[in-house]
Amino acid sequence: MRWKEIAMSDTRFFYVTYIRTTPERLWQALTSAEFTGQYWFGYRLESDWQPGAPWRMVFPDGRVADAGEVLEAVPPRRLVLSWRNEAWPELHADGFTRCTFELEPDGEMVKLSITHAAERPHALISRVASGWPQVLASLKSLLETGRALSRPKG
Amino acid sequence: MSMDVVFRALADRCRRQLLDRLHQTNGQTLGQLCEGLAMSRQAVTKHLAVLEAANLVATKRQGREKLHFINPVPINDIAERWIGKFERDRLRALADLKDALEGNRDE
Repeated sequence: MRWKEIAMSDTRFFYVTYIRTTPERLWQALTSAEFTGQYWFGYRLESDWQPGAPWRMVFPDGRVADAGEVLEAVPPRRLVLSWRNEAWPELHADGFTRCTFELEPDGEMVKLSITHAAERPHALISRVASGWPQVLASLKSLLETGRALSRPKG
Repeated sequence: MSMDVVFRALADRCRRQLLDRLHQTNGQTLGQLCEGLAMSRQAVTKHLAVLEAANLVATKRQGREKLHFINPVPINDIAERWIGKFERDRLRALADLKDALEGNRDE
């Protein structure tokens, strides 16, 4: 898959993965700063995850990479975030996107769906398109085997 | 999700064509996907079911419409299994070189 070929007209992505865990553990993995730091290749997600509260994704050195507001939080089922890049001016200028996490039990697995969408063509969308599958693989590995995947920066 | 299911789904040229079309324009309805294809609507429906069972296509309802999205998660899992984290960039460079020399992708 060559992600550079993605048309800039793409305004949304919808990803699905199945993880052998419980909705409660998966919710914790998505929302705990310690947990996210383990599978998000060094980034941490920080918030109190109440509707209306701010959230941010922090680089290992403390700078803010992305940030937004918690639009909906229904543990352990549904989380909706507004999402804007804070680190690169050209991405920041495109404004907010919206990211929705849905967790559904499916036998011994949990189906995790992630929709990341923008109102109009948005530079962040094609960037997250290549990032999400790797983050999801790392998250799945951490929950199922206790070990996240490692990846060099870049 | 068994990897056999993913490989079986990818082993068919028509199904790869459908993935190509979603890769080009994501979030299409069945009707949009059928446009300009030599396959019957029934055949496309069958192929989409196989792709969905392999989690290569994810569907989402929007009003009365059912939209199809390419889901690269299983393909990423295949890459994670055999392609080491340090090899990825070099392989991409090789793939780019191959594209540049040979024109476009194979089928």
